[in-house]
Amino acid sequence: MAKAFPVTHQRGFGTVAITTFIFLYAPLAVALVFAFNAGTSPAKWGGFSLRWFQSAANNQQVISASILSLKLAAISATLSTTLATLAALAMSRTPRFRGWTLAYSAISFPLMVPEIVTAVALLVVTATFRGWTGYSGLGYLVLAHTAFCVPFAYLPIRARLQTMDISLERAAGDLYASPWNAFRFVTMPLLFPGILAGFILAFVTSLDDVVITEFVKTAGQDTLPTYMLGQVRRTITPEVNAIAAVFLLISVALVMCIYVVNQRTKIN
Amino acid sequence: MASLEAVRSKSASRTRWLLISPAVLVVILGAIAPLLVIVTYSFLTPGPTGGVNYTLSFDAWTRVLFDRDVFDDTLTLSGTNLEILLRSLLLSLATTVLCLLVGFPTAYFIATRNPLNREVWLLLVTVPFWTNLLIRTFAIQDLIRNEGIINTLLIKAGFISEPIQMLFTNFAICLGLVYVYLPLMILPVYASLERQDRSLLEAASDLYARPFNVLREIIVPLAKPGIIAGSILVFIPAIGTYVTPILLGGGRNLMIGNYIEFQFGQGRDWPFGSALSLALMAIVMVALLVYIRHGDSHGHEHG
Repeated sequence: MAKAFPVTHQRGFGTVAITTFIFLYAPLAVALVFAFNAGTSPAKWGGFSLRWFQSAANNQQVISASILSLKLAAISATLSTTLATLAALAMSRTPRFRGWTLAYSAISFPLMVPEIVTAVALLVVTATFRGWTGYSGLGYLVLAHTAFCVPFAYLPIRARLQTMDISLERAAGDLYASPWNAFRFVTMPLLFPGILAGFILAFVTSLDDVVITEFVKTAGQDTLPTYMLGQVRRTITPEVNAIAAVFLLISVALVMCIYVVNQRTKIN
Repeated sequence: MASLEAVRSKSASRTRWLLISPAVLVVILGAIAPLLVIVTYSFLTPGPTGGVNYTLSFDAWTRVLFDRDVFDDTLTLSGTNLEILLRSLLLSLATTVLCLLVGFPTAYFIATRNPLNREVWLLLVTVPFWTNLLIRTFAIQDLIRNEGIINTLLIKAGFISEPIQMLFTNFAICLGLVYVYLPLMILPVYASLERQDRSLLEAASDLYARPFNVLREIIVPLAKPGIIAGSILVFIPAIGTYVTPILLGGGRNLMIGNYIEFQFGQGRDWPFGSALSLALMAIVMVALLVYIRHGDSHGHEHG
Protein backbone atom coordinates (compact mmCIF):
# COMPACT_ATOMS: atom_id res chain seq x y z
CA MET A 1 0.00 0.00 0.00
CA ALA A 2 2.92 2.30 0.67
CA LYS A 3 3.63 2.29 -3.03
CA ALA A 4 0.02 2.85 -4.11
CA PHE A 5 0.09 6.58 -3.57
CA PRO A 6 3.03 7.55 -5.76
CA VAL A 7 1.93 5.18 -8.53
CA THR A 8 -1.52 6.69 -8.80
CA HIS A 9 -0.41 10.22 -8.16
CA GLN A 10 -1.13 12.73 -10.91
CA ARG A 11 0.04 16.25 -10.32
CA GLY A 12 -2.69 18.85 -10.03
CA PHE A 13 -5.58 16.38 -10.08
CA GLY A 14 -6.21 16.83 -6.37
CA THR A 15 -6.37 20.60 -6.78
CA VAL A 16 -8.80 20.32 -9.70
CA ALA A 17 -10.95 17.90 -7.73
CA ILE A 18 -11.15 20.11 -4.65
CA THR A 19 -11.93 23.12 -6.85
CA THR A 20 -14.67 21.10 -8.51
CA PHE A 21 -16.27 20.27 -5.19
CA ILE A 22 -16.14 23.94 -4.21
CA PHE A 23 -17.66 24.81 -7.59
CA LEU A 24 -20.44 22.26 -7.02
CA TYR A 25 -21.33 23.48 -3.57
CA ALA A 26 -20.55 27.22 -3.51
CA PRO A 27 -23.62 28.35 -5.50
CA LEU A 28 -25.91 26.16 -3.41
CA ALA A 29 -24.28 27.33 -0.20
CA VAL A 30 -24.72 30.98 -1.18
CA ALA A 31 -28.37 30.38 -2.07
CA LEU A 32 -28.87 28.58 1.23
CA VAL A 33 -27.25 31.35 3.28
CA PHE A 34 -29.10 34.15 1.52
CA ALA A 35 -32.40 32.39 2.12
CA PHE A 36 -31.91 33.63 5.70
CA ASN A 37 -30.99 37.15 4.62
CA ALA A 38 -33.12 39.94 6.04
CA GLY A 39 -32.43 42.21 3.05
CA THR A 40 -33.34 41.76 -0.59
CA SER A 41 -29.86 41.99 -2.11
CA PRO A 42 -28.32 38.78 -3.44
CA ALA A 43 -24.88 39.94 -2.25
CA LYS A 44 -25.22 42.14 0.83
CA TRP A 45 -25.94 40.51 4.16
CA GLY A 46 -28.67 42.39 6.00
CA GLY A 47 -28.89 40.23 9.11
CA PHE A 48 -30.51 36.91 9.90
CA SER A 49 -34.20 36.56 9.22
CA LEU A 50 -36.83 33.96 8.43
CA ARG A 51 -38.99 36.43 6.55
CA TRP A 52 -38.54 34.79 3.14
CA PHE A 53 -39.59 31.43 4.52
CA GLN A 54 -42.60 33.13 6.02
CA SER A 55 -43.49 34.97 2.86
CA ALA A 56 -43.09 31.77 0.82
CA ALA A 57 -45.24 29.89 3.31
CA ASN A 58 -47.91 32.58 3.12
CA ASN A 59 -47.85 32.83 -0.67
CA GLN A 60 -51.00 31.07 -1.84
CA GLN A 61 -49.49 30.33 -5.26
CA VAL A 62 -46.44 28.72 -3.69
CA ILE A 63 -48.60 26.60 -1.42
CA SER A 64 -50.89 25.30 -4.14
CA ALA A 65 -47.93 24.72 -6.48
CA SER A 66 -46.12 22.75 -3.78
CA ILE A 67 -49.17 20.64 -3.07
CA LEU A 68 -49.67 19.92 -6.75
CA SER A 69 -45.98 19.06 -7.18
CA LEU A 70 -46.06 16.57 -4.32
CA LYS A 71 -49.39 15.12 -5.37
CA LEU A 72 -48.24 14.66 -8.94
CA ALA A 73 -44.92 13.16 -7.89
CA ALA A 74 -46.61 10.76 -5.44
CA ILE A 75 -49.21 9.59 -7.96
CA SER A 76 -46.88 9.20 -10.92
CA ALA A 77 -44.10 7.62 -8.86
CA THR A 78 -46.55 5.08 -7.42
CA LEU A 79 -48.02 4.29 -10.82
CA SER A 80 -44.71 4.10 -12.65
CA THR A 81 -43.07 2.00 -9.93
CA THR A 82 -45.97 -0.45 -9.94
CA LEU A 83 -45.92 -0.76 -13.72
CA ALA A 84 -42.14 -0.98 -13.80
CA THR A 85 -42.10 -3.70 -11.12
CA LEU A 86 -44.58 -5.83 -13.06
CA ALA A 87 -42.65 -5.38 -16.28
CA ALA A 88 -39.27 -6.02 -14.64
CA LEU A 89 -40.55 -9.24 -13.03
CA ALA A 90 -41.74 -10.49 -16.40
CA MET A 91 -38.61 -9.39 -18.27
CA SER A 92 -35.72 -10.29 -15.98
CA ARG A 93 -34.23 -13.70 -15.36
CA THR A 94 -36.21 -15.31 -18.14
CA PRO A 95 -34.70 -16.56 -21.32
CA ARG A 96 -34.89 -13.82 -23.96
CA PHE A 97 -38.31 -14.19 -25.50
CA ARG A 98 -39.66 -12.85 -28.75
CA GLY A 99 -40.42 -9.17 -28.33
CA TRP A 100 -38.04 -8.68 -25.41
CA THR A 101 -35.93 -6.08 -27.22
CA LEU A 102 -39.07 -4.32 -28.43
CA ALA A 103 -40.52 -4.12 -24.91
CA TYR A 104 -37.19 -3.00 -23.47
CA SER A 105 -36.76 -0.29 -26.12
CA ALA A 106 -40.29 0.93 -25.49
CA ILE A 107 -39.69 1.19 -21.74
CA SER A 108 -36.40 3.04 -22.11
CA PHE A 109 -37.71 5.23 -24.95
CA PRO A 110 -38.39 8.34 -22.79
CA LEU A 111 -34.71 8.39 -21.82
CA MET A 112 -33.58 8.74 -25.42
CA VAL A 113 -35.80 11.61 -26.54
CA PRO A 114 -34.82 15.18 -25.62
CA GLU A 115 -37.29 16.52 -23.07
CA ILE A 116 -38.26 19.51 -25.20
CA VAL A 117 -39.27 17.20 -28.06
CA THR A 118 -41.51 15.08 -25.84
CA ALA A 119 -42.86 18.31 -24.36
CA VAL A 120 -43.97 19.90 -27.64
CA ALA A 121 -45.28 16.56 -28.90
CA LEU A 122 -47.42 16.25 -25.77
CA LEU A 123 -48.49 19.88 -26.10
CA VAL A 124 -49.88 19.20 -29.57
CA VAL A 125 -51.63 16.00 -28.54
CA THR A 126 -53.12 17.26 -25.28
CA ALA A 127 -54.31 20.50 -26.90
CA THR A 128 -56.14 18.42 -29.50
CA PHE A 129 -57.59 16.09 -26.86
CA ARG A 130 -58.78 18.95 -24.72
CA GLY A 131 -60.60 20.32 -27.75
CA TRP A 132 -62.22 16.95 -28.48
CA THR A 133 -63.19 15.83 -25.01
CA GLY A 134 -63.43 19.03 -23.02
CA TYR A 135 -61.54 17.29 -20.21
CA SER A 136 -58.74 19.43 -18.83
CA GLY A 137 -57.98 17.82 -15.49
CA LEU A 138 -54.80 16.44 -14.01
CA GLY A 139 -54.99 13.29 -16.15
CA TYR A 140 -52.69 14.64 -18.86
CA LEU A 141 -49.97 15.59 -16.38
CA VAL A 142 -50.29 12.25 -14.58
CA LEU A 143 -49.98 10.31 -17.85
CA ALA A 144 -47.01 12.39 -19.04
CA HIS A 145 -45.17 12.14 -15.72
CA THR A 146 -45.88 8.42 -15.33
CA ALA A 147 -44.58 7.77 -18.84
CA PHE A 148 -41.23 9.50 -18.35
CA CYS A 149 -40.85 8.06 -14.84
CA VAL A 150 -41.29 4.44 -15.97
CA PRO A 151 -37.67 3.95 -17.16
CA PHE A 152 -36.30 5.63 -14.01
CA ALA A 153 -38.29 3.25 -11.83
CA TYR A 154 -37.54 0.27 -14.04
CA LEU A 155 -33.73 0.45 -14.07
CA PRO A 156 -32.99 -0.01 -10.34
CA ILE A 157 -35.64 -2.72 -10.02
CA ARG A 158 -34.18 -4.63 -12.95
CA ALA A 159 -30.66 -4.18 -11.57
CA ARG A 160 -31.81 -5.61 -8.23
CA LEU A 161 -33.56 -8.56 -9.90
CA GLN A 162 -30.43 -9.42 -11.84
CA THR A 163 -28.32 -9.74 -8.72
CA MET A 164 -30.94 -11.64 -6.72
CA ASP A 165 -30.41 -15.31 -5.98
CA ILE A 166 -33.06 -17.18 -7.92
CA SER A 167 -32.50 -20.41 -5.97
CA LEU A 168 -34.29 -18.93 -2.95
CA GLU A 169 -37.52 -18.69 -4.91
CA ARG A 170 -36.97 -22.16 -6.31
CA ALA A 171 -36.50 -23.42 -2.75
CA ALA A 172 -39.77 -21.80 -1.73
CA GLY A 173 -41.46 -23.51 -4.66
CA ASP A 174 -39.91 -26.87 -3.73
CA LEU A 175 -41.28 -26.44 -0.23
CA TYR A 176 -44.79 -26.14 -1.70
CA ALA A 177 -45.18 -22.42 -1.41
CA SER A 178 -47.83 -21.23 -3.83
CA PRO A 179 -46.48 -18.86 -6.50
CA TRP A 180 -48.19 -15.97 -4.72
CA ASN A 181 -46.71 -16.88 -1.33
CA ALA A 182 -43.27 -17.36 -2.83
CA PHE A 183 -43.60 -13.92 -4.35
CA ARG A 184 -45.05 -12.36 -1.20
CA PHE A 185 -42.58 -13.83 1.30
CA VAL A 186 -39.41 -14.38 -0.75
CA THR A 187 -39.26 -12.29 -3.92
CA MET A 188 -40.90 -9.16 -2.58
CA PRO A 189 -38.71 -8.66 0.52
CA LEU A 190 -35.57 -9.30 -1.52
CA LEU A 191 -36.70 -6.95 -4.26
CA PHE A 192 -37.81 -4.20 -1.91
CA PRO A 193 -34.59 -2.13 -1.93
CA GLY A 194 -34.79 -2.01 -5.73
CA ILE A 195 -38.44 -0.98 -5.65
CA LEU A 196 -37.73 1.72 -3.08
CA ALA A 197 -34.81 3.07 -5.10
CA GLY A 198 -37.00 3.03 -8.21
CA PHE A 199 -39.78 4.85 -6.40
CA ILE A 200 -37.46 7.54 -5.03
CA LEU A 201 -35.83 8.02 -8.42
CA ALA A 202 -39.24 8.32 -10.10
CA PHE A 203 -40.47 10.68 -7.37
CA VAL A 204 -37.48 12.99 -7.72
CA THR A 205 -37.65 12.89 -11.51
CA SER A 206 -41.29 13.96 -11.41
CA LEU A 207 -40.62 16.63 -8.78
CA ASP A 208 -37.69 17.95 -10.83
CA ASP A 209 -39.50 18.19 -14.13
CA VAL A 210 -40.15 21.61 -15.53
CA VAL A 211 -40.11 21.36 -19.33
CA ILE A 212 -42.76 18.70 -19.93
CA THR A 213 -45.01 20.07 -17.18
CA GLU A 214 -44.70 23.60 -18.57
CA PHE A 215 -46.04 22.44 -21.95
CA VAL A 216 -48.73 20.03 -20.76
CA LYS A 217 -50.28 22.07 -17.94
CA THR A 218 -53.27 24.35 -18.34
CA ALA A 219 -54.11 27.44 -16.34
CA GLY A 220 -54.05 26.82 -12.60
CA GLN A 221 -51.92 23.69 -12.88
CA ASP A 222 -48.60 25.22 -11.87
CA THR A 223 -46.15 22.94 -10.11
CA LEU A 224 -43.40 24.47 -8.00
CA PRO A 225 -40.82 24.35 -10.82
CA THR A 226 -43.17 25.90 -13.41
CA TYR A 227 -44.21 28.53 -10.87
CA MET A 228 -40.57 29.45 -10.31
CA LEU A 229 -39.89 29.51 -14.04
CA GLY A 230 -42.79 31.91 -14.36
CA GLN A 231 -41.13 34.20 -11.82
CA VAL A 232 -38.00 34.55 -13.95
CA ARG A 233 -39.02 37.74 -15.65
CA ARG A 234 -40.08 39.44 -12.46
CA THR A 235 -37.65 40.82 -9.94
CA ILE A 236 -36.26 37.89 -8.03
CA THR A 237 -37.01 37.90 -4.33
CA PRO A 238 -35.06 35.73 -1.91
CA GLU A 239 -38.32 33.83 -1.58
CA VAL A 240 -36.96 31.62 -4.33
CA ASN A 241 -33.91 31.00 -2.17
CA ALA A 242 -36.16 29.93 0.68
CA ILE A 243 -37.92 27.45 -1.59
CA ALA A 244 -34.51 26.31 -2.83
CA ALA A 245 -33.36 25.71 0.73
CA VAL A 246 -36.34 23.45 1.37
CA PHE A 247 -35.77 21.58 -1.89
CA LEU A 248 -32.11 21.13 -1.03
CA LEU A 249 -33.06 19.62 2.30
CA ILE A 250 -35.46 17.20 0.61
CA SER A 251 -32.86 16.05 -1.89
CA VAL A 252 -30.21 15.56 0.78
CA ALA A 253 -32.70 13.50 2.78
CA LEU A 254 -33.56 11.36 -0.25
CA VAL A 255 -29.92 10.74 -1.17
CA MET A 256 -29.24 9.70 2.41
CA CYS A 257 -32.26 7.40 2.23
CA ILE A 258 -30.89 5.59 -0.84
CA TYR A 259 -27.41 5.52 0.67
CA VAL A 260 -28.65 3.89 3.86
CA VAL A 261 -30.76 1.35 1.96
CA ASN A 262 -27.74 0.48 -0.19
CA GLN A 263 -25.47 0.08 2.83
CA ARG A 264 -27.99 -2.16 4.54
CA THR A 265 -28.46 -4.39 1.54
CA LYS A 266 -24.70 -4.67 1.19
CA ILE A 267 -24.47 -6.05 4.71
CA ASN A 268 -27.27 -8.56 4.22
CA MET B 1 -42.79 -16.24 -10.05
CA ALA B 2 -40.29 -19.06 -10.21
CA SER B 3 -42.79 -21.15 -12.10
CA LEU B 4 -43.03 -18.37 -14.63
CA GLU B 5 -39.67 -19.00 -16.15
CA ALA B 6 -39.82 -22.75 -15.67
CA VAL B 7 -43.02 -23.38 -17.54
CA ARG B 8 -42.83 -22.08 -21.03
CA SER B 9 -46.39 -22.68 -22.03
CA LYS B 10 -48.81 -20.45 -23.79
CA SER B 11 -50.31 -19.27 -20.51
CA ALA B 12 -46.91 -18.29 -19.16
CA SER B 13 -46.33 -16.19 -22.23
CA ARG B 14 -49.75 -14.61 -21.81
CA THR B 15 -49.03 -13.81 -18.13
CA ARG B 16 -45.73 -12.31 -19.17
CA TRP B 17 -47.28 -9.94 -21.68
CA LEU B 18 -50.05 -9.11 -19.24
CA LEU B 19 -47.36 -7.92 -16.82
CA ILE B 20 -45.36 -6.03 -19.43
CA SER B 21 -48.12 -4.35 -21.40
CA PRO B 22 -49.30 -1.76 -18.85
CA ALA B 23 -45.83 -0.17 -18.66
CA VAL B 24 -45.39 -0.30 -22.42
CA LEU B 25 -48.88 1.08 -23.00
CA VAL B 26 -48.25 4.08 -20.74
CA VAL B 27 -45.00 4.89 -22.55
CA ILE B 28 -46.73 4.53 -25.92
CA LEU B 29 -49.52 6.90 -24.88
CA GLY B 30 -47.32 9.38 -23.04
CA ALA B 31 -44.27 9.50 -25.32
CA ILE B 32 -44.20 7.37 -28.46
CA ALA B 33 -47.60 8.22 -29.96
CA PRO B 34 -47.17 11.99 -29.49
CA LEU B 35 -43.81 11.74 -31.23
CA LEU B 36 -45.44 9.96 -34.19
CA VAL B 37 -47.94 12.82 -34.38
CA ILE B 38 -45.01 15.24 -34.60
CA VAL B 39 -43.48 13.16 -37.39
CA THR B 40 -46.75 13.44 -39.32
CA TYR B 41 -47.06 17.17 -38.65
CA SER B 42 -43.60 17.84 -40.02
CA PHE B 43 -44.90 16.88 -43.49
CA LEU B 44 -47.94 19.16 -43.37
CA THR B 45 -48.41 22.93 -43.77
CA PRO B 46 -49.11 25.38 -40.95
CA GLY B 47 -52.67 26.44 -40.19
CA PRO B 48 -53.51 30.15 -39.94
CA THR B 49 -53.65 30.30 -36.13
CA GLY B 50 -51.43 27.41 -35.13
CA GLY B 51 -52.36 23.82 -35.85
CA VAL B 52 -51.90 22.28 -39.30
CA ASN B 53 -53.51 22.07 -42.72
CA TYR B 54 -53.65 18.55 -44.04
CA THR B 55 -51.69 19.07 -47.25
CA LEU B 56 -48.50 17.12 -47.86
CA SER B 57 -45.40 19.33 -47.95
CA PHE B 58 -41.67 19.06 -47.43
CA ASP B 59 -41.42 22.77 -46.84
CA ALA B 60 -40.92 22.51 -43.07
CA TRP B 61 -37.97 20.18 -43.55
CA THR B 62 -36.43 22.39 -46.23
CA ARG B 63 -36.63 25.38 -43.93
CA VAL B 64 -34.59 23.69 -41.20
CA LEU B 65 -31.53 24.67 -43.20
CA PHE B 66 -32.71 26.91 -46.05
CA ASP B 67 -34.62 30.12 -46.67
CA ARG B 68 -36.95 30.16 -49.65
CA ASP B 69 -36.85 33.38 -51.60
CA VAL B 70 -40.30 34.94 -51.79
CA PHE B 71 -39.88 36.08 -55.40
CA ASP B 72 -38.03 33.44 -57.35
CA ASP B 73 -38.29 30.38 -55.03
CA THR B 74 -34.53 29.90 -54.85
CA LEU B 75 -33.10 28.34 -51.71
CA THR B 76 -30.32 29.97 -49.73
CA LEU B 77 -28.81 28.73 -46.48
CA SER B 78 -30.82 30.20 -43.65
CA GLY B 79 -28.74 32.55 -41.54
CA THR B 80 -30.96 32.58 -38.46
CA ASN B 81 -31.60 28.87 -38.32
CA LEU B 82 -27.99 27.96 -38.95
CA GLU B 83 -26.86 30.40 -36.29
CA ILE B 84 -29.15 28.84 -33.70
CA LEU B 85 -28.22 25.29 -34.69
CA LEU B 86 -24.55 26.17 -34.66
CA ARG B 87 -24.77 27.96 -31.30
CA SER B 88 -26.57 24.97 -29.79
CA LEU B 89 -23.94 22.59 -31.14
CA LEU B 90 -20.99 24.75 -30.05
CA LEU B 91 -22.37 25.46 -26.58
CA SER B 92 -23.18 21.82 -25.91
CA LEU B 93 -19.81 20.67 -27.26
CA ALA B 94 -17.99 23.28 -25.16
CA THR B 95 -20.01 22.11 -22.15
CA THR B 96 -19.01 18.51 -22.83
CA VAL B 97 -15.31 19.37 -23.19
CA LEU B 98 -15.29 21.50 -20.04
CA CYS B 99 -17.12 18.79 -18.08
CA LEU B 100 -14.48 16.30 -19.22
CA LEU B 101 -11.55 18.58 -18.36
CA VAL B 102 -12.92 19.19 -14.89
CA GLY B 103 -14.67 15.88 -14.37
CA PHE B 104 -11.87 13.51 -15.29
CA PRO B 105 -9.39 14.68 -12.63
CA THR B 106 -12.23 14.74 -10.12
CA ALA B 107 -13.29 11.20 -10.96
CA TYR B 108 -9.66 10.11 -10.81
CA PHE B 109 -9.23 11.79 -7.44
CA ILE B 110 -12.25 9.91 -6.08
CA ALA B 111 -11.16 6.59 -7.58
CA THR B 112 -7.76 6.83 -5.90
CA ARG B 113 -9.10 7.46 -2.38
CA ASN B 114 -9.41 4.52 -0.04
CA PRO B 115 -12.72 2.63 -0.49
CA LEU B 116 -14.44 4.10 2.57
CA ASN B 117 -13.71 7.72 1.67
CA ARG B 118 -14.68 7.04 -1.94
CA GLU B 119 -18.30 6.52 -0.92
CA VAL B 120 -18.37 9.87 0.84
CA TRP B 121 -16.85 11.73 -2.13
CA LEU B 122 -19.32 10.02 -4.46
CA LEU B 123 -22.15 11.05 -2.20
CA LEU B 124 -20.90 14.62 -2.46
CA VAL B 125 -21.14 14.38 -6.25
CA THR B 126 -24.67 13.00 -6.17
CA VAL B 127 -26.26 15.48 -3.74
CA PRO B 128 -26.20 18.46 -6.16
CA PHE B 129 -27.32 16.13 -8.92
CA TRP B 130 -30.46 15.25 -6.96
CA THR B 131 -31.23 18.88 -6.29
CA ASN B 132 -33.79 20.47 -8.56
CA LEU B 133 -32.25 21.58 -11.85
CA LEU B 134 -34.12 24.87 -11.84
CA ILE B 135 -32.88 25.68 -8.36
CA ARG B 136 -29.28 24.97 -9.29
CA THR B 137 -29.65 27.25 -12.31
CA PHE B 138 -31.18 29.97 -10.14
CA ALA B 139 -28.22 29.62 -7.79
CA ILE B 140 -25.81 30.28 -10.68
CA GLN B 141 -27.94 33.20 -11.85
CA ASP B 142 -27.81 34.82 -8.42
CA LEU B 143 -24.07 34.35 -8.26
CA ILE B 144 -23.15 35.96 -11.59
CA ARG B 145 -25.70 38.76 -11.92
CA ASN B 146 -24.36 42.32 -11.96
CA GLU B 147 -25.33 42.94 -8.36
CA GLY B 148 -24.42 39.35 -7.45
CA ILE B 149 -21.82 38.21 -5.00
CA ILE B 150 -18.97 37.70 -7.50
CA ASN B 151 -19.21 41.20 -8.96
CA THR B 152 -19.73 42.74 -5.52
CA LEU B 153 -16.64 41.03 -4.13
CA LEU B 154 -14.52 41.94 -7.17
CA ILE B 155 -15.56 45.59 -6.90
CA LYS B 156 -14.89 45.66 -3.17
CA ALA B 157 -11.47 44.12 -3.72
CA GLY B 158 -10.76 46.87 -6.25
CA PHE B 159 -10.13 44.60 -9.24
CA ILE B 160 -12.92 46.19 -11.26
CA SER B 161 -14.92 49.39 -10.96
CA GLU B 162 -17.90 48.36 -13.07
CA PRO B 163 -19.60 44.98 -12.74
CA ILE B 164 -18.67 42.49 -15.47
CA GLN B 165 -21.69 41.51 -17.53
CA MET B 166 -21.74 37.75 -17.11
CA LEU B 167 -25.45 37.03 -16.96
CA PHE B 168 -27.28 36.82 -20.30
CA THR B 169 -24.20 35.79 -22.27
CA ASN B 170 -23.13 32.56 -23.97
CA PHE B 171 -20.59 32.19 -21.17
CA ALA B 172 -23.41 32.12 -18.62
CA ILE B 173 -25.27 29.41 -20.54
CA CYS B 174 -22.13 27.31 -20.78
CA LEU B 175 -21.34 27.79 -17.09
CA GLY B 176 -24.88 26.84 -16.14
CA LEU B 177 -24.83 23.72 -18.31
CA VAL B 178 -21.47 22.60 -16.90
CA TYR B 179 -22.71 23.17 -13.38
CA VAL B 180 -25.89 21.22 -13.91
CA TYR B 181 -24.53 18.27 -15.89
CA LEU B 182 -21.05 17.79 -14.40
CA PRO B 183 -22.12 14.84 -12.19
CA LEU B 184 -23.22 13.01 -15.35
CA MET B 185 -19.58 13.12 -16.49
CA ILE B 186 -17.95 12.33 -13.16
CA LEU B 187 -20.01 9.23 -12.35
CA PRO B 188 -19.39 7.09 -15.48
CA VAL B 189 -15.74 8.16 -15.71
CA TYR B 190 -15.33 7.17 -12.07
CA ALA B 191 -16.98 3.81 -12.77
CA SER B 192 -14.48 3.03 -15.51
CA LEU B 193 -11.50 4.26 -13.48
CA GLU B 194 -12.50 2.31 -10.41
CA ARG B 195 -12.45 -0.97 -12.34
CA GLN B 196 -8.90 -0.43 -13.58
CA ASP B 197 -6.19 -2.84 -12.59
CA ARG B 198 -3.78 -0.96 -10.32
CA SER B 199 -0.94 -3.36 -11.14
CA LEU B 200 -0.75 -1.96 -14.69
CA LEU B 201 0.16 1.42 -13.21
CA GLU B 202 2.73 -0.19 -10.96
CA ALA B 203 4.25 -2.03 -13.90
CA ALA B 204 4.46 1.17 -15.91
CA SER B 205 5.97 3.02 -13.00
CA ASP B 206 8.49 0.23 -12.41
CA LEU B 207 9.52 0.63 -16.04
CA TYR B 208 10.23 4.31 -15.34
CA ALA B 209 7.18 5.71 -17.11
CA ARG B 210 6.53 9.24 -15.91
CA PRO B 211 3.09 9.99 -14.35
CA PHE B 212 1.97 11.95 -17.39
CA ASN B 213 2.88 9.09 -19.72
CA VAL B 214 1.09 6.61 -17.47
CA LEU B 215 -1.96 8.86 -17.71
CA ARG B 216 -1.76 9.17 -21.49
CA GLU B 217 -0.79 5.62 -22.33
CA ILE B 218 -2.70 3.60 -19.75
CA ILE B 219 -5.27 5.41 -17.63
CA VAL B 220 -7.04 7.44 -20.32
CA PRO B 221 -7.19 4.66 -22.95
CA LEU B 222 -8.61 2.25 -20.37
CA ALA B 223 -11.14 4.84 -19.22
CA LYS B 224 -12.33 5.47 -22.78
CA PRO B 225 -15.74 3.76 -22.40
CA GLY B 226 -16.47 5.88 -19.32
CA ILE B 227 -15.27 9.05 -21.04
CA ILE B 228 -17.49 8.40 -24.04
CA ALA B 229 -20.47 7.48 -21.86
CA GLY B 230 -20.01 10.63 -19.77
CA SER B 231 -19.62 12.82 -22.85
CA ILE B 232 -22.83 11.48 -24.40
CA LEU B 233 -24.72 11.80 -21.11
CA VAL B 234 -23.69 15.46 -20.89
CA PHE B 235 -24.05 16.31 -24.58
CA ILE B 236 -27.60 15.01 -25.05
CA PRO B 237 -29.39 17.03 -22.36
CA ALA B 238 -27.13 20.03 -23.04
CA ILE B 239 -28.06 20.34 -26.71
CA GLY B 240 -31.76 19.94 -25.93
CA THR B 241 -31.75 22.37 -23.04
CA TYR B 242 -34.66 24.73 -22.69
CA VAL B 243 -34.49 26.20 -19.20
CA THR B 244 -30.83 27.26 -19.04
CA PRO B 245 -30.91 29.70 -22.01
CA ILE B 246 -34.06 31.33 -20.61
CA LEU B 247 -32.58 31.84 -17.15
CA LEU B 248 -28.97 32.53 -18.05
CA GLY B 249 -29.12 33.57 -21.72
CA GLY B 250 -31.90 36.06 -21.12
CA GLY B 251 -33.84 35.31 -24.30
CA ARG B 252 -31.20 36.85 -26.55
CA ASN B 253 -29.00 33.80 -26.83
CA LEU B 254 -31.51 31.23 -28.02
CA MET B 255 -30.76 27.57 -28.36
CA ILE B 256 -32.63 25.05 -30.48
CA GLY B 257 -34.91 24.03 -27.59
CA ASN B 258 -36.19 27.59 -27.26
CA TYR B 259 -36.51 27.94 -31.02
CA ILE B 260 -38.70 24.82 -31.10
CA GLU B 261 -40.86 26.22 -28.32
CA PHE B 262 -41.19 29.50 -30.22
CA GLN B 263 -42.60 27.72 -33.28
CA PHE B 264 -45.36 26.15 -31.19
CA GLY B 265 -46.04 29.40 -29.34
CA GLN B 266 -45.82 32.83 -30.93
CA GLY B 267 -44.36 31.46 -34.17
CA ARG B 268 -47.53 29.47 -34.90
CA ASP B 269 -45.67 27.15 -37.22
CA TRP B 270 -46.26 23.65 -35.92
CA PRO B 271 -44.85 21.81 -38.97
CA PHE B 272 -41.59 23.75 -38.79
CA GLY B 273 -41.41 23.21 -35.02
CA SER B 274 -41.99 19.50 -35.61
CA ALA B 275 -39.24 19.31 -38.22
CA LEU B 276 -36.85 21.15 -35.88
CA SER B 277 -37.72 18.73 -33.05
CA LEU B 278 -36.96 15.76 -35.28
CA ALA B 279 -33.72 17.37 -36.44
CA LEU B 280 -32.72 17.69 -32.78
CA MET B 281 -33.68 14.07 -32.24
CA ALA B 282 -31.56 13.04 -35.21
CA ILE B 283 -28.51 14.72 -33.63
CA VAL B 284 -29.23 12.89 -30.39
CA MET B 285 -29.60 9.58 -32.22
CA VAL B 286 -26.21 10.05 -33.89
CA ALA B 287 -24.69 10.66 -30.45
CA LEU B 288 -26.38 7.53 -29.10
CA LEU B 289 -25.05 5.46 -32.00
CA VAL B 290 -21.54 6.64 -31.19
CA TYR B 291 -22.17 5.58 -27.61
CA ILE B 292 -23.42 2.13 -28.59
CA ARG B 293 -20.44 1.55 -30.90
CA HIS B 294 -17.66 2.96 -28.73
CA GLY B 295 -19.07 3.41 -25.27
CA ASP B 296 -19.98 0.81 -22.72
CA SER B 297 -20.07 -2.17 -25.07
CA HIS B 298 -16.27 -2.20 -25.13
CA GLY B 299 -16.04 -1.81 -21.39
CA HIS B 300 -16.12 -5.53 -20.75
CA GLU B 301 -12.91 -6.18 -22.65
CA HIS B 302 -11.00 -3.91 -20.32
CA GLY B 303 -12.91 -4.66 -17.14
